[in-house]
Amino acid sequence: MLREEELKTFVEGTTNYFEVAAQQPATIGSPYLMEGAPAVHDYTGVISISGKREGVVYFTAPRAMLTVLLMKMQENDFSHETMRDLVGEVANTISGNARRDFGRDFVISVPSVLAGEKPSLAQKPGQRSFIIPINWRSHSAKLVVSLS
Amino acid sequence: MSGSQVNGAGGRKSLKLLIVDDSNIMRRRIERSQQFEELEVVGTAGNGIEALEMFRKTDPDMVTMDLTMPQMDGIECISKLVQLKPAVRILVISALADKATAVEAMERGANGFLNKPFTDRQLNEAIAELMT
Repeated sequence: MLREEELKTFVEGTTNYFEVAAQQPATIGSPYLMEGAPAVHDYTGVISISGKREGVVYFTAPRAMLTVLLMKMQENDFSHETMRDLVGEVANTISGNARRDFGRDFVISVPSVLAGEKPSLAQKPGQRSFIIPINWRSHSAKLVVSLS
Repeated sequence: MSGSQVNGAGGRKSLKLLIVDDSNIMRRRIERSQQFEELEVVGTAGNGIEALEMFRKTDPDMVTMDLTMPQMDGIECISKLVQLKPAVRILVISALADKATAVEAMERGANGFLNKPFTDRQLNEAIAELMT
């Protein structure tokens, strides 16, 4: 289970991503716990974590939000492949940035991407996921952190 | 996904740049955002293996290098590029934000390290440092 200061690492990483990459800050809602995997949006970028912690970190967002994010990044390709690329890159960036606090033994995979499907979470008994709600412009997304 | 692409030669350019990142968006972003007239982007690659091929084809002076990539990661690729051309200048552009990774990249032969996410200004400052 994540400690409060560890959760803060992911909240700050998410805030920083939108501030820098999208030049417009996101509002982060109160993180909450749940068992299993929450509902996902259109695209989900999944990073597997191994090393001193095990589990997954994933970023899930609707197509409409990703389209605006791409526009803010001056992209002009809004294809399915580019949406997949973007959610993978967001998940990778937030997870990679977490190594500032977790250290090098927080090993992150290359992203895998799901379109409309729920990631399968191999959770240990009693393990729960932290859901970090992200509100950006008029859109909502989630960062899900499930680590043992 | 293949990210490998060779660009045509430009007339006034004097420094050749290879961009290595497994994200198409990031490769395009770096190419679009760099503001140095003397830099010619001679190719792009989506992993370390493609980067080695492109490096041999295009003989770049500078490389921007992601670290977390499939097939061959950036750390391994840096060592191989430096063996091929010790004078190459390598700017790591990675989300990995721990000091140990930055130190290892520099020990392997990288010359600079820029964390993702980054602004255009941060990118251009990092490239300018590399060019001096």
